[in-house]
Amino acid sequence: MSQQEHNLVLILARGLASSIATPMFVVDPEGDLVYFNEPAEEILGTTYAEEGEMTAEEWGTAFKPQDLRTGEVVPRESLPLSIALSEKKPAHSSIQITGRDGISRSIANTAFPLWARTDEFVGAVAIFWEEKE
Amino acid sequence: MRARIWGCRGSLAAPGPETVRYGGNTSCVEVRLDGGELIILDAGTGIRPLGNSLLPELPRTIHLFLTHLHLDHLEGLGFFGPLWRPDIDLHIWGPPSPLRSLERRIARYLSPPLFPVHLSDIPSQPTFHDVPDDDWKLGGAHISARPVSHRGPTVGYRIQENGQAIAYIPDHEPALGVDLRTVEPEWISGHTVAHGVDALLHDAQYTEQEYPQRIGWGHSSTTHVVTFAEVCEVRQLVMFHHDPMHSDDQLEAILDHARQMWNGRGEGPVLAYEGMDLDLT
Repeated sequence: MSQQEHNLVLILARGLASSIATPMFVVDPEGDLVYFNEPAEEILGTTYAEEGEMTAEEWGTAFKPQDLRTGEVVPRESLPLSIALSEKKPAHSSIQITGRDGISRSIANTAFPLWARTDEFVGAVAIFWEEKE
Repeated sequence: MRARIWGCRGSLAAPGPETVRYGGNTSCVEVRLDGGELIILDAGTGIRPLGNSLLPELPRTIHLFLTHLHLDHLEGLGFFGPLWRPDIDLHIWGPPSPLRSLERRIARYLSPPLFPVHLSDIPSQPTFHDVPDDDWKLGGAHISARPVSHRGPTVGYRIQENGQAIAYIPDHEPALGVDLRTVEPEWISGHTVAHGVDALLHDAQYTEQEYPQRIGWGHSSTTHVVTFAEVCEVRQLVMFHHDPMHSDDQLEAILDHARQMWNGRGEGPVLAYEGMDLDLT
């Protein structure tokens, strides 16, 4: 047989991501970033084609997440997507990130875990949007 | 391994003079493994004549693989002769659901008021199995069942024996939110099931004109099924699950369109019809 396809719920999540105007990340159960959509590219200052898949360690630091008030680095495990992965529950925060284009942006982001129809944990998604004053 | 199609109509049985060439019975395919084991794919109305044909040499054990529980894939079950034989060991396999067991979900149909007899009173006392996540063996064959894109829990089946493989995905909308031409194979629903098979029996319900009004209903257009088959590098595409509104003449026009588009390996697409034999030896 061919290389195993992704779980159907991840495929459908990617289909949703590719069809909406809201920036969206899709990660697999190991936390690897397996897709982000075109609206997310605007905020991240890079394209999925350029970045490809990223490990949790990579995406957790690549965009330099910082606390909006203190400017301190937000540890990867405190990011909503990490919480959705590790604690299997939704999470939300507002942070500052710096895209590959060097531009810093304030974003709000919400992440939630994905469960397949057989109650199998298959990953998580995060939606985010730029918060403009 | 051999296969015979007993029903290839989608959604609703469609008997009548306009459907005699391809048939009006809903989904049912008989698969015989080299060791003689019998697998039946889906229990549409085609399973009634299949059951009758089995009576002269009724196998002791029958495996029924259900892709999902929409009525056109289940409605023949109560009229499958071996169901009423206490000496038959009937195993019914289907997609799992986190909410109710396969038996309870099927009992919603096979019980009053929708059916006169309750499932628990049926003589063969079928054994129900959720299809496993991993491949399993049946006789000399390797079986895979994988979730595919359709409304509600649905799986596609791949049966592989002695180097030959058949895939059965009668209800499938792999192009929902996905460009099949550009996306990587691991992002295509059903790719693992269908890749490299000798025969793919696949949803081909809608024309290009019909599909835009039915996006998300869980079925494929002609372009989708042809593209899917090409991407999966199948040897023979068998267009299946014909729309009940399509006459024989319309199906042949759809086939012409599919053949014009076909750019894959192997033979060009064919239309499934009742009585069609697929010899996979």
